[in-house]
Amino acid sequence: MTDQTNFEPMVVGFTCNWCSYRAADLAGMSRIKYPPNIRLIRLMCSGRLDPTFVLKAFEGGADGVLISGCHPGECHYLEQNYKMLKRFLLLRKMLIQMGIEPDRLKLLWASAAEGARFAEEVTKMVETVRSLGPLNWSKVVDSNGGHATVIPVLAKEEVTA
Amino acid sequence: MNDNGKPKLAMYWCASCGGCEISVLNIHEHILDVDAVFDIVFFPCIADFKLQDVQGYPDGYIDVCLFNGAIRNSENEEMAHLLRKKSKILVAYGSCSYEGCIPALSNLTSKEATFQTVYIDNPTIDNPDGILPQTMTKVPEGELELPFFYNTVKSLDQVVEVDYYLPGCPPEPPQIWAVLEVVIAALTQGAPLPPKGSIVGAKDVAVCEECPREKHEKTIARFYRPYEINPDPDLCLLEQGIICMGIATRGGCGALCPQVGMGCRGCYGPLPGVEDQGAKMLSAIASVIDVGDVGDDEKLLEQKIEEVIATIPDPAGTFYRFSMAHSILQRTRISENGKGDSE
Repeated sequence: MTDQTNFEPMVVGFTCNWCSYRAADLAGMSRIKYPPNIRLIRLMCSGRLDPTFVLKAFEGGADGVLISGCHPGECHYLEQNYKMLKRFLLLRKMLIQMGIEPDRLKLLWASAAEGARFAEEVTKMVETVRSLGPLNWSKVVDSNGGHATVIPVLAKEEVTA
Repeated sequence: MNDNGKPKLAMYWCASCGGCEISVLNIHEHILDVDAVFDIVFFPCIADFKLQDVQGYPDGYIDVCLFNGAIRNSENEEMAHLLRKKSKILVAYGSCSYEGCIPALSNLTSKEATFQTVYIDNPTIDNPDGILPQTMTKVPEGELELPFFYNTVKSLDQVVEVDYYLPGCPPEPPQIWAVLEVVIAALTQGAPLPPKGSIVGAKDVAVCEECPREKHEKTIARFYRPYEINPDPDLCLLEQGIICMGIATRGGCGALCPQVGMGCRGCYGPLPGVEDQGAKMLSAIASVIDVGDVGDDEKLLEQKIEEVIATIPDPAGTFYRFSMAHSILQRTRISENGKGDSE
């Protein structure tokens, strides 16, 4: 495990073009500070987010994934954010089965006016992920990979023929 | 070795159920053609050849090797390397060697938990001393050796290079014969083979294309497990709330399962261009969840959706039933105490 004290979480953030990306933009223009640990990727809509992207992010080394979009009822494409909400809830349930803590995946609704809130939520998420520690997925597969340690031989399991 | 000039055929099993061997025999009278064209040089299920025979063959001696079963332990991996070396064409035959299949579902737990279930907890087990298989066991006659049991089940192509994939659990006889015909034509008349890495014996469209059930726009208010519902015989199963993987699964099987009222399990693997079958299925199925008109109250919406999701008890095991080893995450993360976090 990486040294906890030097651990800087890496969070991949997916934002929608119409609300949450503009919220991030507003946070920037208003010079609101938030941790640089988040890497934002702009999509046209949160509904564009294929769950594959989230899995790819975790597999590729992300410690957390933030999905953000317009508030329900405010989607530029009418109802795609509802679809995202449904996918998010089912994906979170599945990720728990994969051993990924639910706090590593967050859904945030942010309108274009909510720059301050966006910055605040990103800060909270980065701190949550920091306290969870590194995910380090490549190591999860490696350390559990093919060439596993030999099963230890216990004395009582010796067979007397 | 008694060389009769015929192309050499081999078939070997690793972590599998034996259904793939039966599926080859299930091509009926065509099996006689296979026998006429090929010289079988290794096929533990039906012919008496030993490991030493294979080791004695020159490299590339086997023209076609049908390899079924996933890589579960060190013996499986050794055989994969050996047969790769001895074969000109190595085919990942069936879902296990293609993408992990049922054996790879144990990637959702730990090796320790698997042993606990298989050798201690199962109701039919009588093992008062808690004896577990060991790689080395001393007996008066000497040391007995068993293969290492890996933590993670892998597909064949995660261990060696694979030339072709033949999906299915097991592959369907007409598809097997179609593939064998192509191979026979290539070996006997020099006809071209499909490009290396191709998925053969399957279609490029979803199972739904082959399914005769009536399809409408889908909205699902709750999901049913197969025993909870008597499905309508003509209507799309997914529309009735039965999880049917047909929308996210490659066709070629003839949609056999949905036609008899059982939702597609997904054994032919992801569609072309899809990396992760489970993620695509999750995406599709979540987006048609119907919670009625509950307005825009975020808390209420979430609660209603959670109620529908609660009717899918095991999303990972359902959506990755056949493709766990080939999925992006590949396995579950094991927490410090050696148990899966999900337990």
